[in-house]
Amino acid sequence: MSYPILSTLIFLPIFGAIAILLISRSNTALIKWTALMLSILIFGLSVPLFTDFDKTSGLMQFVEKHAWIPAWNINYTLGIDGISVLFVLLSTLLTILCVTVSWNSIKDKVKEFYAAVLFTEGAMIGVFCSLDLFLFYIFWEAMLIPMFILIGVWGGPRRVYAAIKFFIYTLVGSLLMLVGIIMLYYNTDRSFDMLTMMSANYPYSLQLLLFWAFFAAFAVKVPMFPVHTWLPDAHTEAPTAGSVILAGVLIKMGAYGFLRFSLPIFPEAAKAMAPAMMALSVIAIIYGGIICLAQTDLKRLIAYSSVSHMGFVTLGIFALNTQGVQGGILQMINHGIVTGALFLCIGMIYDRTHSREIAHYGGTASIMPIYAGMFMLFTLASIGLPGTNGFVGEILILLGGFTVSKVLGALAATGVIIGAAYMLWLYQRIFFESGNDFKSRFGTEIADINAREIFTLLPLLLLVVWIGVYPSTFLDFMVPTVQKLLQRVNDAGIQPGVIQQITEVIK
Amino acid sequence: MLNYVLIPLLPLAAFAVNILFSNAIGRRAHLIALPAVAGSFLLSVYALIGVQAGTIINQDIYSWIVSGSFKASIGFLIDQLTVVMLIVVTSISLLVHIYSVGYMHDDDGYARFFSYLSLFTFSMLMLVMSNNLLQLYFGWEAVGLCSYLLIGFWYEKKSAADAGKKAFIVNRFGDFGFALGILLIFVSLGSVHYADIFSGVGALQGRTINIAGFNFDLITLIALLLFCGAVGKSAQMPLHVWLPDAMEGPTPVSALIHAATMVTAGVFMIARFNPVFTLSDTAMAVVAIVGASTSLFAATIALVQNDIKRIIAYSTVSQLGYMVLACGVGAFGAGVFHLFTHAYFKALLFLGAGSVMHAMAGNVDIQKMGGLKKYMPATYWTFLLASLSIAGVPGFAGFFSKDEILWLAYNNGALGKVLWASGTLVAALTAFYSFRIIFLAFHGKFRGTAEEEHHLHESPKVITIPLILLAVGAVSAGWIGIPAAFGGANHFAEFLAPVVGHSAVTASHTEEMMVVALSIAAALGGIGMAYLFYSVKPCAPLILAGMFRKVYRLLWNKYYIDEIYDAILVRPSKWAASYLLVRVTDGRIIEGIVNGVPSMIKAFGDRLRKLQSGNLQHYAFGMVAGLFVILTVIFIAVSR
Repeated sequence: MSYPILSTLIFLPIFGAIAILLISRSNTALIKWTALMLSILIFGLSVPLFTDFDKTSGLMQFVEKHAWIPAWNINYTLGIDGISVLFVLLSTLLTILCVTVSWNSIKDKVKEFYAAVLFTEGAMIGVFCSLDLFLFYIFWEAMLIPMFILIGVWGGPRRVYAAIKFFIYTLVGSLLMLVGIIMLYYNTDRSFDMLTMMSANYPYSLQLLLFWAFFAAFAVKVPMFPVHTWLPDAHTEAPTAGSVILAGVLIKMGAYGFLRFSLPIFPEAAKAMAPAMMALSVIAIIYGGIICLAQTDLKRLIAYSSVSHMGFVTLGIFALNTQGVQGGILQMINHGIVTGALFLCIGMIYDRTHSREIAHYGGTASIMPIYAGMFMLFTLASIGLPGTNGFVGEILILLGGFTVSKVLGALAATGVIIGAAYMLWLYQRIFFESGNDFKSRFGTEIADINAREIFTLLPLLLLVVWIGVYPSTFLDFMVPTVQKLLQRVNDAGIQPGVIQQITEVIK
Repeated sequence: MLNYVLIPLLPLAAFAVNILFSNAIGRRAHLIALPAVAGSFLLSVYALIGVQAGTIINQDIYSWIVSGSFKASIGFLIDQLTVVMLIVVTSISLLVHIYSVGYMHDDDGYARFFSYLSLFTFSMLMLVMSNNLLQLYFGWEAVGLCSYLLIGFWYEKKSAADAGKKAFIVNRFGDFGFALGILLIFVSLGSVHYADIFSGVGALQGRTINIAGFNFDLITLIALLLFCGAVGKSAQMPLHVWLPDAMEGPTPVSALIHAATMVTAGVFMIARFNPVFTLSDTAMAVVAIVGASTSLFAATIALVQNDIKRIIAYSTVSQLGYMVLACGVGAFGAGVFHLFTHAYFKALLFLGAGSVMHAMAGNVDIQKMGGLKKYMPATYWTFLLASLSIAGVPGFAGFFSKDEILWLAYNNGALGKVLWASGTLVAALTAFYSFRIIFLAFHGKFRGTAEEEHHLHESPKVITIPLILLAVGAVSAGWIGIPAAFGGANHFAEFLAPVVGHSAVTASHTEEMMVVALSIAAALGGIGMAYLFYSVKPCAPLILAGMFRKVYRLLWNKYYIDEIYDAILVRPSKWAASYLLVRVTDGRIIEGIVNGVPSMIKAFGDRLRKLQSGNLQHYAFGMVAGLFVILTVIFIAVSR
């Protein structure tokens, strides 16, 4: 590469954020256009990752390595492989949409808002690209700050409660991980180099301890049952862009962490704990799904559906076979696209009606037909209809899960029924039946979505169909990396006793 | 290959154009949808000619989902069974398209309607042309989606929106089993392609699988899981509840999707997987019993209903039961034959009912009709031909296919005799309720208001011509399968034999004559009873209903199945969601702990420092600080 592409992708948004802060507060047009142009430029710069990525290699690519704090053996190491590349692309794409969807809805503290969005983008990309544990941790925590601000400043009525809950929840998890990181450092000859860790062999007892330390951080982020209760509050109170970033990228970091750390660095522990992780995942799928049936708040419902969908992701990952892990990674991308899109949709109607109460709606299909059509497609993707991206991810995960445990696989598949129930019911309550209530409540002047909004949803809509019809484009990225990862896990010795015991119980 | 690819692609293109430019196209939507489906029909005929000449196609188009050893393609298998389905789907779809030009003429959603019809046709074609289970599943779910969209086409009506949702979710229960069946097939055989499954399934014989401590026969389990899908899609007991409600959709949809094509997908799938089903006697017996009971159960409900579309809907459930029963006794060919003839006479009944509703301004109550024969002769005569066909009057299409099922059931051992007896009873019931419609709606005096009577008129040509064309099918579709006993050569069974095999016949010729005679007697008896009840002695039904009030109530309320589901499934899950999960687990337990830890730390701090604080930030600080202390202790202990 002629220039350090990953560093550019991380620091251009961060410097861009600073630049926006320097613009005069009154010049909102310039602020918005700068943010939009920057986000488009960053996306453009990330496209080479898609086109130039070597899909036949399972190694790190676009690697940059510089000594940073030599005294502590800390390096500035970046690189991406088949697991992380798609997340970087997803982040750069979703950021554009976050900017366009907020165009008219954010009127207060405009420049801080767009600066926060761009800063989050830089930090998120940093998380996915870091190959040095110290650097990783910095990005991991740095991401929290703008997110905390996004929820706390531009959020709904209970934003302060939600923001602090989100912050504490994730911080507690992160602190346990920090302890784990320091332990790893001392047990890797005082090195933070992740690639070294991925080929090192740690004693099983240490692995087990570290697995749980990291688990604390990742499980909260995913979020896995039972540490999910921050998510509905955070999502519900966050502004649209905040929800999109949360659902689209931020909660993926937990599952990404499992793939990047738990599996390759603690393979024996991961293997031993896999049945427990799968069981927790299945609980999340069913629990998150059923609880959706009781929701009366639009955003809260979609938030809980994320718990269910992320349950599929972790189920796939801990199935520890090709279909499961590939399906898990793909499903993370899918969830980012579909749930991101649903939050965008909800933001669009919220801008018009200022209500998140499902009961306030009805008959929207005849009032906003284009909007209804797009929402329908994302609904179908969310319930995993074949032909949409959701199906490809789900079927691979179910294949992976079913191969390991028939009972867990079958239980997970019930999520498909529950998903259809709550999503179609939601759709009916918002879009079908008579629109008279809607009109009397919100007036007859509600307009269908405009061109800006259509173009905000269109890229995601195309991705839904593209991945649904021809997923190979995306699956091919991860083939060698996943193979290498599973090789690493499978080569690890099995700890007799633990795995059998747990497997016996759940089989 | 292009000519095969175009069969589903033409309707897909029509769908894309109509949905994207629906505003610009408006009332001209049929100009795009109609030629597309006509093209598919012609190409299907061409494919039929090809197969008759011996050209069997099994070819992948592209790899759809590839992951490790899992590989699913988009690909086509064009064999005898596929072309039969192709002809049924494209011909009925074409006629329904023409009919809809007239029927949906004044509807605001004209373009939307045609785009959904095209999408449905595409999906159904992908389903029947598939060469692997995953693409079948794609088509399976996609037709379900179209069914959902079309049942809820008039979504401003709550009942229509409810019915659409119900159809989708009830089907998902069946699909849950179906999907597990697909997973189990992949796990056991390493492939989802038909060719691999059919060649490999024999080796699974005798293998068992242990699930949660129970041993199951692998093939039986696979077959029964697949059958779950058919129970949902083909509306068999206990998942039949969605089909009668599906009548909320526009009538052309009922004819195309909920009579002729989509609901028969389950039967098609069982016939397609005959190499799997025949290896398990248990599974076959289950299939046969479910089919026969559904058939009887639905026919009894149809006896007392008054909504013309619902009677025909229950009749569809009942006839689908016949087809499933046929598959269960190994007479796959006969099942598909009945599917074929049923498609024509049942589509005709629905479209005829639509024509009646057109004249009655949407009224569907047959008690409010009467004497329509005089006002709408074309509708009457075609409806009558369809009724003669479904009743099984000799010479008509339904007679040959129904008779073959009953005869082959009779040949299937002791269980077969019971199934045959039940099937013959159903034949009598079928004739009765079919002619109940004829006598109540078309004969006698008009029982509606004078204003309604004034409005009565025959439907326009664009509606009656499809009726007449379908009537030709309803009469003659059976002639290609006339059995040897009547001097025919049973071309249909011979044609399908390479895919579904022959059924063993052990009983004698005399017995065959007896079976035939009894089924004719059942048909004529049923018609005679209907004549007696609804033409000669119109008070008889009331007296009978009075005498057997409980039975009548039970039938009128459809055995209370919906109410039972509501009580044991719908309400408990809503209760679990809103009370158990939201209030108890999430609300009290998890949030209790989450908010409790900081409170405890705070309480501790309060006592220690006598500080007062109600501030959330202080809780936060307390929690973080406390954890820091704990972690540092652990860390020091571990790293020593």
